[in-house]
Amino acid sequence: MTFSLVLWTFIKVAIVVSILMLHVSYVVYFERKVIGHMQARMGPMRVGWHGLLQPIADAIKLFFKEDIMPSQADKSIFYIAPIIGVLAAIGSIAVIPMWDGFAIANINIGLLFILALSSVGSYSIILAGWASNSKYSFLGGLRSAAQVISYEIAMGLSLVGIMLLSGSANLTDIVHAQSDYWFIFTQPAAFFVFVVAIIAETNRAPFDLPEAETELVAGYATEYSGIRFGLFFMAEYAGMFIMSALAVVCFLGGWDGPDIRLLAWVPGFVWFILKVYAFIFFYFWIRATLPRYRYDQLMSLGWKLFIPLALANVVFTALLKLL
Amino acid sequence: MPGTYIPWDYVPVMIVFAFAVMIGLGALVGGLLVRPRRPYAQKLAPYESGNPPVGEPRYKFSVKFYIVAMLFVVFDVEAVFMYPWAVAFDKLGMFGFIEMMLFIFILLVGYIYVWKKGAFVWE
Repeated sequence: MTFSLVLWTFIKVAIVVSILMLHVSYVVYFERKVIGHMQARMGPMRVGWHGLLQPIADAIKLFFKEDIMPSQADKSIFYIAPIIGVLAAIGSIAVIPMWDGFAIANINIGLLFILALSSVGSYSIILAGWASNSKYSFLGGLRSAAQVISYEIAMGLSLVGIMLLSGSANLTDIVHAQSDYWFIFTQPAAFFVFVVAIIAETNRAPFDLPEAETELVAGYATEYSGIRFGLFFMAEYAGMFIMSALAVVCFLGGWDGPDIRLLAWVPGFVWFILKVYAFIFFYFWIRATLPRYRYDQLMSLGWKLFIPLALANVVFTALLKLL
Repeated sequence: MPGTYIPWDYVPVMIVFAFAVMIGLGALVGGLLVRPRRPYAQKLAPYESGNPPVGEPRYKFSVKFYIVAMLFVVFDVEAVFMYPWAVAFDKLGMFGFIEMMLFIFILLVGYIYVWKKGAFVWE
């Protein structure tokens, strides 16, 4: 019995993770197209019809590139760092509920699990920056670590309001608690803090200072090449995917669709994935619109505005719930 | 074995982790077969915009980063403290609310102290 259960889980995980990988590679294409059209360009057009085979070509190229190990690098840590990044990014998919009753692992501390794994992700950045033994990597790693841990607090605090309202840290229960109102309407301040915090968490524009190409070359990934760089890239986009999914689950009602009789036959998974992609589009939109922050602005914004705001939101929500 | 507890809820999580590590290692090891390997001293030198590297890469860095790390430990532990409180809020009722408000108040005093001490100044 237990053997078949494990086997079944194994198959389920294999399917979900491979679908995730496919989406991650095509999110890169989606980004290039969106940014391209926002800048009145076409984006990738050459490989396949409208460039549709571009992600595959990119992956093959990265696979065939030489993997350079800098002579002064700390070899074992240099090897491990990208794998930690991928582990932290992909691991979170385990607890995301994609439709009613489906999550790979329906554990009762799902939210905590995702927060914990996103903390683990910062290790990969700091270890990569340290192990490369190069000035750009070192600075990029330091900056990135400081940024990620600063915004992690704001993100964690903004989710306390969600747990207060739903009375659970299980992601499926959180979606069920939103059957009347999505939490974006009852927790707008928390949503605002959360959105900014996850953009900073995933090192995306306008908070992409760790890899600010104009000053730090490629930040912590400067010394990485070939598929090893590809793994960092993959971790970043998988992280974006996970964070968008978390935003959808916690604030946008998860798999819950519009309450229209005509659309009742559409499965929840479709609504879920649509919302995730809408959120990812929002990521790109922000990237195309806003210039990069200066480092001191970024840090003071996190510590002086978002943490107090999230804390005030917690107090306010608790007060409202008590009354 | 008697007394051996297997947390079944977490078995899928371990399988996902195994898959993630497999993807990482698989890409690295699989690439070994096809990618070229032609190292020479200049290629393996740390990148410094084409110049030969100058000085130590791991120089002294600003103490600010240590301060952020310490503040993170303090504030994140405090945030973690709030999660069980938030989940059990209904059961704790008024008592839990007042306790947490006291906790947040003490935290706020520390926060204002840190602010006034200039830990959040980055220029």
